Amino acid sequence: MASPHGAPPVFNNKVIAWIDHRLPIFSYIEKEYHTFPTPRNFNYFWNFGAIATVMLVLMIATGIVLATNYTPHVLMAFDSVERIDRDVPQGWLIRDLHMNGASFFFIAVYVHIFRGMYYGSYKAPRELLWILGVVIFLLMMATAFMGYVLPWGQMSFWGATVITNLFSAIPVVGQSVVDWLWGGFSVDNPTLNRFFALHYLLPFVIVGVVGLHVVALHVHGSNNPLGIDPKGPQDTVPFHPYYTMKDGFGVIAFMVVFAVFVFFLPDYMGHPDNYIPANPLVTPAHIVPEWYFLPFYAILRAVPDKLGGVLGMFGAIAVLFLLPWLDTSRVRSCTFRPIYKWFMLVLVADVVILGFCGANPPEGFWVPLSRVATLYYFFHFIILLPILGKIERPLPLPSSIADAVLKKKVG
Amino acid sequence: MVATGSLAAIGAVATAWPFINNLNPAADTLALSTIEVNVAPIAVGQAVTVKWRGKPVFIRHRTPDEIAKAKAVKLSELPDPETDAARVTDANKKVRPEWLVLVGVCTHLGCVPLGNKSGDQRGEFGGWFCPCHGSAYDTSGRIRKGPAPKNLEVPQFVFATDTLVRIG
Ligand code: HEM
Ligand code: FES
Repeated sequence: MASPHGAPPVFNNKVIAWIDHRLPIFSYIEKEYHTFPTPRNFNYFWNFGAIATVMLVLMIATGIVLATNYTPHVLMAFDSVERIDRDVPQGWLIRDLHMNGASFFFIAVYVHIFRGMYYGSYKAPRELLWILGVVIFLLMMATAFMGYVLPWGQMSFWGATVITNLFSAIPVVGQSVVDWLWGGFSVDNPTLNRFFALHYLLPFVIVGVVGLHVVALHVHGSNNPLGIDPKGPQDTVPFHPYYTMKDGFGVIAFMVVFAVFVFFLPDYMGHPDNYIPANPLVTPAHIVPEWYFLPFYAILRAVPDKLGGVLGMFGAIAVLFLLPWLDTSRVRSCTFRPIYKWFMLVLVADVVILGFCGANPPEGFWVPLSRVATLYYFFHFIILLPILGKIERPLPLPSSIADAVLKKKVG
Repeated sequence: MVATGSLAAIGAVATAWPFINNLNPAADTLALSTIEVNVAPIAVGQAVTVKWRGKPVFIRHRTPDEIAKAKAVKLSELPDPETDAARVTDANKKVRPEWLVLVGVCTHLGCVPLGNKSGDQRGEFGGWFCPCHGSAYDTSGRIRKGPAPKNLEVPQFVFATDTLVRIG
């Protein structure tokens, strides 16, 4: 994108100029993170991309340090993690950062996804940007799932058993896929080995896809809370210092909350059964995945059929890929969609309800509730979105970002 | 060009195969496949769990009542129709209805159903109950209710003597 903020940068430092002439990384940073024209009206929801990036870096840094002390063997994995917690200098801190970091990474990404949905950031010309985001989300889920297997506690083992068995529902090739995941007759040492290898690999794949995500973002620039395109320099500010500072502030605020969990509530989001070593002969009375998988787990259980449940669970993510085409409204931001705005909040409530359904045993009223909530989830995407876009009357859009911002200041 | 292209494609597939096959169980893993269990100490009404190929195997010494209940069920009532007799016949075609040998892995998503220990919940069909997603099995280990699609698997087994069963 051509920068409206002046000519290509001239570097005074000779070394930088020499390098940049051969490998233009400094021009790139200058263009994409300094002068990059960014809508002037971001709210705090726009912090979560930067926060998620910081969490990804933190996960990789803590993960590599953990890997130096971790042993991927069924007889030693549990003890090696306990040793990290008790004997390795600062091991407890590194592990608690990694363990809670996964949760906070998901918090950041869920808020980030909500932001995209509420402000219509998935609409043209940002469909691929959105799809790359959903790919990142899928890779994160695979990574976190395999990471949770590594400490080889009861929840690790039984979570791995239930999730790998999901693939056996696939007709024809299902059992082969399960054998390839297990490398044996059940979840066992070969499974742990390959999960460790993949858990180490996938975060770097995520880094690659995040790179593409950012490239796609910088083609048309960011969306904004009004969902209208910037029309000129009066609608934008340079990324630095405005948003480097605002993102910095957001990251720090997020880290404060994160630190409270790491230092004072390190096991709050975990499950105590994972401090019992894995036992292949006894399933815990009540297996639950980590909290960030609960809504999907509830959808899995809501369908009283094995293949149906698996299709429902994967379908819940598949609809996200199709979102740019399911939503037929041409207005991006919910700010100007008086009806959809409320349905968007109902969807959030629905996902939270699904989360509670997933956390509770599949008994009593949780069963019908999870079915209703599952149906509603799909109703939202497949029926409501296409129809509502056609019949809803959006509010008048402001003529420009600057116009709307300045009017708000006065009025 | 077509020839080069097809050759490259064949080459790519042939190269991919070892990578995929490498994920299959290794020879030493496959070798651990038979166990022998002395069933003499298991009293009528009791059940034990033994480990085979890393999975639990249930051996239940059924009561006459449990056998009668399993036999009385009409095949048309079963999601995965199978007679009780077929499930208690060993590899030598010997039928011993008092001994039921099952792989103790729920056919839904692989949890170990409850019902082998005294005091365990056994579900509404008196056999086993899987707490994970609520599948209920009858006294022949057949699926009756819940998301599991199939009966509990009967492994290959044979009575070497009256009290020694070989599994695998
Ligand atoms: C996308 C980034 C990542 C996510 C979401 C993630 C997630 C997780 C989770 C949820 C656990 C289980 C924590 C527990 O309950 O104990 C875990 C464990 C582990 N992870 Fe990661 N991880 C990531 C990156 C990495 C990387 C890059 C490495 C480098 C090798 C790594 C190495 C490990 C190790 C060794 C363990 C076992 C020790 C433990 O359980 O604390 N992780 N990971
Ligand atoms: S694993 Fe047994 S009901 Fe799901």
